[in-house]
Amino acid sequence: MIWATILMALREIRRNTLRSILTMLGVVIGVGAVIALVSVGRGATAKVTEDIGKLGKNLLTVTAGTFSRGGGGAGISSQPLRIDDANAIRREILGVDAVAAAAASSAQVVYGNSNQRTSITGSDNAFFEVRGYTLDKGRLFSRAETQSGSAACIIGATVRSNLFQKADPIGSTIRVGSIACQVVGLLVAKGQAGMGQDQDDLVVMPMRAVQRRITGNDNIQSIFVAAKEGEGTGVVAERLRGLLRQRRHRGAGLDDDFTIRDMAEIAETVTGASTALTALLGAIAAVSLVVGGIGIMNIMLVSVTERTREIGIRLAIGAFGSEVMLQFLLEAIVLSTMGGIIGICLGLVGSYFAANALTLPFVLAPDIVALAFVFSALVGVVFGYLPARKAANLDPIEALRHE
Amino acid sequence: MTTDSSTSPARALIELSQVHKHYGEGESEVRALDGIDLRIERGEFVAIMGSSGSGKSTCMNILGCLDRPTAGDYHLADVLVTELPGDGLTMLRRHYIGFVFQGFNLLARTSALENVELPLVYRRIPRAEREERALKALAMVGLEDRVDHAPSQLSGGQQQRVAIARALVTEPDILMADEPTGNLDSARTEEVMELLQQLNRERGITIVMVTHEPDVAAFARRNIVFRDGRILSDTVVGGGA
Repeated sequence: MIWATILMALREIRRNTLRSILTMLGVVIGVGAVIALVSVGRGATAKVTEDIGKLGKNLLTVTAGTFSRGGGGAGISSQPLRIDDANAIRREILGVDAVAAAAASSAQVVYGNSNQRTSITGSDNAFFEVRGYTLDKGRLFSRAETQSGSAACIIGATVRSNLFQKADPIGSTIRVGSIACQVVGLLVAKGQAGMGQDQDDLVVMPMRAVQRRITGNDNIQSIFVAAKEGEGTGVVAERLRGLLRQRRHRGAGLDDDFTIRDMAEIAETVTGASTALTALLGAIAAVSLVVGGIGIMNIMLVSVTERTREIGIRLAIGAFGSEVMLQFLLEAIVLSTMGGIIGICLGLVGSYFAANALTLPFVLAPDIVALAFVFSALVGVVFGYLPARKAANLDPIEALRHE
Repeated sequence: MTTDSSTSPARALIELSQVHKHYGEGESEVRALDGIDLRIERGEFVAIMGSSGSGKSTCMNILGCLDRPTAGDYHLADVLVTELPGDGLTMLRRHYIGFVFQGFNLLARTSALENVELPLVYRRIPRAEREERALKALAMVGLEDRVDHAPSQLSGGQQQRVAIARALVTEPDILMADEPTGNLDSARTEEVMELLQQLNRERGITIVMVTHEPDVAAFARRNIVFRDGRILSDTVVGGGA
């Protein structure tokens, strides 16, 4: 009986093709919008998570000074970090995989007719490990280079393409600020980080070279710490904090005068915000689904009035009110479910192209697809009920007399 | 063929006793039926006549189990209709009664075959049997070559014959025809009435027909005339035409 009634509903829908399509459109748009927004939102979340991952896994970054909440914090002129701090961390903190101290500056780099301004990082080979850079060509720094601070440099892919275009940079000598420096290595491109900064726009030199010949002091700007896999970054960060407070003589009651950034924590925060935003957008789109449902109810009410005679005939020849009700209810459900299926297809296609246009990964969200399908059927039940009940309660005599 | 309800021991197919149907209340009360006693036996062909407002349509609605009397008893095939719940009326319509209306009342944009199948759908007859029976019913009314035509592609007489096939497909005990020729010209009228006569004669189907045209009523074998909610006369006529 249900199956026969569904066939009857399908025939009724085909009989009024244009009207049926227009009726479905509300649900199509609602479901499509939910699917598209949630898919794109999840893609964005995945992208952000991936980008933060690129900065380095389990990465903790220590810098001097604070980004304080209050106005007072900015005023603290904190003492800079020293290489001893990095050594102490390496020696004393449990759960640390690698530590790299970095002296940072920026300078004009020149090769032939090409030049650009880029960031100069003074560190050692641990820097590449901690920050997740791998060597494309050439070699890492030799022990002698690191110890003596000779003018060797390893360049990022952006610097390479700016200065050398397609040419092989290894062995060439570039000018960094005022010093001549031989290129010994080229890094594999990492792409953009989450905040849009280019991670390949850098020149790395031995720390002593940078300190002695570019910054002119022995300060270091950051200490990058890679926590061991499986060791919570939060726990390691706490240990770091204790050590640094002690080394920098921050007694009880004094705030930290340094900052430890935990990439995992940042990733979590950003992902959380992105997920919340996705949910919000999805909820807004869901409102249009409800509007689509009201559209279905409207047309079904018109249809019941239009087909009053038909309902009268059905009742007179032996249909129960409940059978007429089922027929109209199924018509509404078939309409809304078909709208839902079309909406799911359009939403997926739309989000696929949107993801490509926004260079986001395309994320198929099966849970949302299933939810949208169930919800669209539910829209049919809820908004089809009233018209169906109206049809079922018609008096056959009155209905047959209806013009 | 006229029978006296008080003397017959067995119940007739249709028995009305002191049936009233009142609309409105108090001053504005209208007595559409005012104490009707009526027996119709199996196999009869009855024409109910009367001017508009005489109560003949109201009587028809009650006989067809589309409406309930305000007072009185109605027995249809030994079932006391007046005491059945709403779904019970539907069940009686489904199993005992076939309807033919003045306006044909076929489903538009639906083939003759599907129109005729419709009552069987509600009886949950499987598809293949449904089609077979519908084709048989259409053959009975002489439309076997029009099964795929929609009502708009058929003449009025043909549409009414489809409607008769739809009424017959369930093999009902009673055919209720409400002004079956009201929308037809005289040639089509004759065609449809001869069909009804033939069905009554050859298949023994009980037919109750409402009409206000005496020459249509002449096709029946018994004429009942209503006036002001009462039966004015009840006569056996030739019915041979």
